[in-house]
Amino acid sequence: MTGPSMSGGDIALDVRNLRTRFGPQHGGVIAVDGVSLTLRRGRTTALVGESGSGKSVTALSIMGLIEPPGRVIDGTVLLDGRDLRTASDREMEAIRGARIGMVFQDPLTSLNPALTIGSQIAETILAHEPVSAAAAHARAVTLLEHVGVADAAARAQDYPHHFSGGMRQRVLIAAAIACRPGIIIADEPTTALDVTVQAKILRLLHDLQQEMHASLLLITHDLGVVASMADDVLVMYAGRVLEHADVDTLFHAPKHPYTRALLGCIAGIEDDRTAPLQPIEGLPPDLRNPPPGCRFAPRCVHAVAACTAAVPALQTIADGHSVACFRAMEALGDD
Amino acid sequence: MTETLLTVAGLSKSFRARGTGLFRRPVRAVSDVSFTLQRGETLGLVGESGCGKSTLARLVLNLIPPDSGHVTIGGDAFTRAGREAQRRLRRRMQIVFQDALSSLNPRMTVGVNIAEPLRLQGIGNAAERREAAHGLLERVGLRVQDAERYPHEFSGGQCQRIAIARALILKPDIVVFDEAVSALDVSIRAQILRLVLDLQQQLGLSYIFISHDLGVVKRVSDRIAVMYLGRIVEIGPADELVRGPLHPYAEALLRAIPIADPRRMRVRDLGLAEGEAASPMNPPDGCAFHQRCTRQLAICASDIPAVHHVSPGRSTACFLHASPAASRQAAD
Repeated sequence: MTGPSMSGGDIALDVRNLRTRFGPQHGGVIAVDGVSLTLRRGRTTALVGESGSGKSVTALSIMGLIEPPGRVIDGTVLLDGRDLRTASDREMEAIRGARIGMVFQDPLTSLNPALTIGSQIAETILAHEPVSAAAAHARAVTLLEHVGVADAAARAQDYPHHFSGGMRQRVLIAAAIACRPGIIIADEPTTALDVTVQAKILRLLHDLQQEMHASLLLITHDLGVVASMADDVLVMYAGRVLEHADVDTLFHAPKHPYTRALLGCIAGIEDDRTAPLQPIEGLPPDLRNPPPGCRFAPRCVHAVAACTAAVPALQTIADGHSVACFRAMEALGDD
Repeated sequence: MTETLLTVAGLSKSFRARGTGLFRRPVRAVSDVSFTLQRGETLGLVGESGCGKSTLARLVLNLIPPDSGHVTIGGDAFTRAGREAQRRLRRRMQIVFQDALSSLNPRMTVGVNIAEPLRLQGIGNAAERREAAHGLLERVGLRVQDAERYPHEFSGGQCQRIAIARALILKPDIVVFDEAVSALDVSIRAQILRLVLDLQQQLGLSYIFISHDLGVVKRVSDRIAVMYLGRIVEIGPADELVRGPLHPYAEALLRAIPIADPRRMRVRDLGLAEGEAASPMNPPDGCAFHQRCTRQLAICASDIPAVHHVSPGRSTACFLHASPAASRQAAD
């Protein structure tokens, strides 16, 4: 099984067959079950899924931030040919921030309430680069200006609670790009924000990524955000990747029944009120006791006997498009 | 023939802010809000955090008293009605909240939770109430056996079904949904929206559907009201408002929403509104949106625009669409 051979852009990070378990070996939960993805320079990859799909755990696993009793139990995370799974805690600390910048959903809990935001950004720089405190602070101010914080020199002296939600997210982004990492991982970066603020943060992330020619791994549940930001998309469900495609194919020629059903669930702003809403019946599986075979099979209107007998592998069906479904090559009608 | 079921006229509400002395100034949460709701209609109420939409819901339901204005249900005054009349009118309008689990009593079975409004209203005996609860469980897509289980045994979407059943047990005319699907995953949200729409068809209900998500509001609503800093800035038929918003804020809100179609919209196409929302603690003079507005007139910084009727069913509080007299004044 190979990932899609996406042409163009060199590889920044290559993740193969990642598996992460929480709890004991027997009776534990495999939250990430064989995820592979490739981040390329200058491109945005979106990891989309509902709660419990394993998208955030995938990001934490990549960054070596899974806390016991959770554990990454299999797979490789290759950064410039180096497997991060074999890196020491100290090496990972050096990599996080310098090589991989991180932005999380809730900027308030990610920031230290007792430190000025200028000193928090300077701290990131000082942790990774041999510069003076004054130089680090000056760069923090420049970074704040760069992410659109007005009156940056003065605002650098303020504490996190002085900032609005949108401004705090800008501060966090400034800290994430402080050492010009080649990879930015953003986990639901705009979920807590109002839509007019979200638009500005998305634009900022996009512009910075382009300017730095960085790889952006964007984790979100919002298909609108995916459509506007991503080059490549991975759809996750119950710990597994069910479909991987370029953004246009994913929205206009999706093959996996889950992807298709998910797109049918969106209450689009332009949808006619009389068009029937097509929900996916049932609930996502309990990962303590996952169903056999394809994990979407119990909710899938196209499921056949084979679907519960074995796990469908993620197979490449066209250049850059892979699907984990036994019926991917059939023309499945709309239910 | 349409029948006006609910009339909301000039509702205003201020809260005393925390703090002391000079800093203890009132916060205007809702200012001079008026609208009507027809039988069988869904009115969507959309706005960003702090715009006052949840406070407005509580005022409409008479859960908090307004500073001014009034609410009429089917011609009966609700706001300043006597205790007994209020109790009777309350049956006609129910609410479903965002966090269904915390709105249910964890120590009561689901069946008792659903039947509780009947008991509080002194309707029926225990057996009749149980039977009514069972009937509703099936109507909202759960099983009769679920009546004996407790709320924590259910998922978020199922809890929302239970909360909907409880809201319906008094056979209300109007149900208010306050961010009722906002916490749910996309696939579960679609299930609940389908249920909400089906129930409306079956029972002839009227809805006020409050959400920060204009996509969801558009999907369920006949008409949409857009709120900004305590005021309705635009109200009109859902399709028309989404196709051609009149108020610059409604337009900014619409253009900020990413559309789930990469051929139609990429991040560069997202419209960016200037600045951030003003604080209700310290609202600007004039139109609350004027500092962020790209089309502001001189008058916008000093005068508060009244709601103007623009075309059949469409109104907006903006000097750009004011009467000719006001426009002339604005141009001076």
